[in-house]
Amino acid sequence: MTEIIVVTSGKGGVGKTTTSASLACGIARRGKRVAVLDFDIGLRNLDLIMGCERRVVYDFVNVIQGDCTLKQALIKDKRIETLYVLAASQTRDKDALTQEGVRRVLDELTADGFDYIICDSPAGIEKGAHLAMYFADRAVVVVNPEVSSVRDSDRILGLLASKTHRAEQGNGGVKEHLLLTRYSPKRVASGEMMSVDDVKEILGLDVIGVVPESQDVLTASNAGTPVILNEQSEASQAYEDAVARLLGESKPLRFIEEPKKGFFARMFGG
Amino acid sequence: MGLLALFRRTPSSASVAKERLRIIVAQERSARGGGPDYLPLLRRELLEVIRKYVNVDPDAIQVSLEREDGHEVLELSVALPERKTG
Repeated sequence: MTEIIVVTSGKGGVGKTTTSASLACGIARRGKRVAVLDFDIGLRNLDLIMGCERRVVYDFVNVIQGDCTLKQALIKDKRIETLYVLAASQTRDKDALTQEGVRRVLDELTADGFDYIICDSPAGIEKGAHLAMYFADRAVVVVNPEVSSVRDSDRILGLLASKTHRAEQGNGGVKEHLLLTRYSPKRVASGEMMSVDDVKEILGLDVIGVVPESQDVLTASNAGTPVILNEQSEASQAYEDAVARLLGESKPLRFIEEPKKGFFARMFGG
Repeated sequence: MGLLALFRRTPSSASVAKERLRIIVAQERSARGGGPDYLPLLRRELLEVIRKYVNVDPDAIQVSLEREDGHEVLELSVALPERKTG
């Protein structure tokens, strides 16, 4: 059975593409067949984060318009045998992506035996974001512990609950998960940043992962190597945990507390 | 944080953020919650009726619709002005 997962957020710059790339790698590394699709028409970026930008020949819109087959457009990852990337088109015509076209591509991937399809949503709540979530079975809502990101995530949750195929069919809707990125345990401890529990309480959703703020994320995108593949990094381990939880394992959250040190911390630390 | 938090006078910026979000998210959820876009009008008309009998403040009427597992509760709260005695 194929599971379609949308990675979405509303707000831009919170880490959707980084998350899509890392989740896709992490799931594929466990032997599942994974396709990761860039829905950001006009602003293709997933290819760069995945490090396959020079191998893009055909894109999503080419497939939909029949310029090539899906097989020709899927880029096979060089590191992980079971991972494929479908690049977004650079066209400025936002209407190039149609619901019918997206459904055909997803159906073909399903028929081809893919286990997971990861849909990397564009920012905003326009057509691209709508199409990325429309056929999803599950949603990973990427959120920074920051006011505008949390509010926008709530807008997205509203859309997931009403403007998706599952919501329209009334068969339980899309299963939603929160994934916090750019989390700074130190700033949470000093009261400068909302905690995991705060965000969880405001949005009323379970948290599938907390990725700490890390310099390795920029290094990874510089190199075109999804951060999950840098196993020394805390961000990588956090994504790996999120992958495990997505696949149904239960794991305690890590990297959400500042390591305690010194006399004061031991005497008064909570 | 521990004991130090007890001595802190001003609320942390994170708790301010949380409080602001709690309010705005609840408000936006109820606004898109389907249906009760009649609430503002209902509130205005109720105010007119009540004002025929009691001179209440425009802010004295709170109308809210809450959902609790399966059923909806329309809550109406009117603060009457204090009655002058003697």
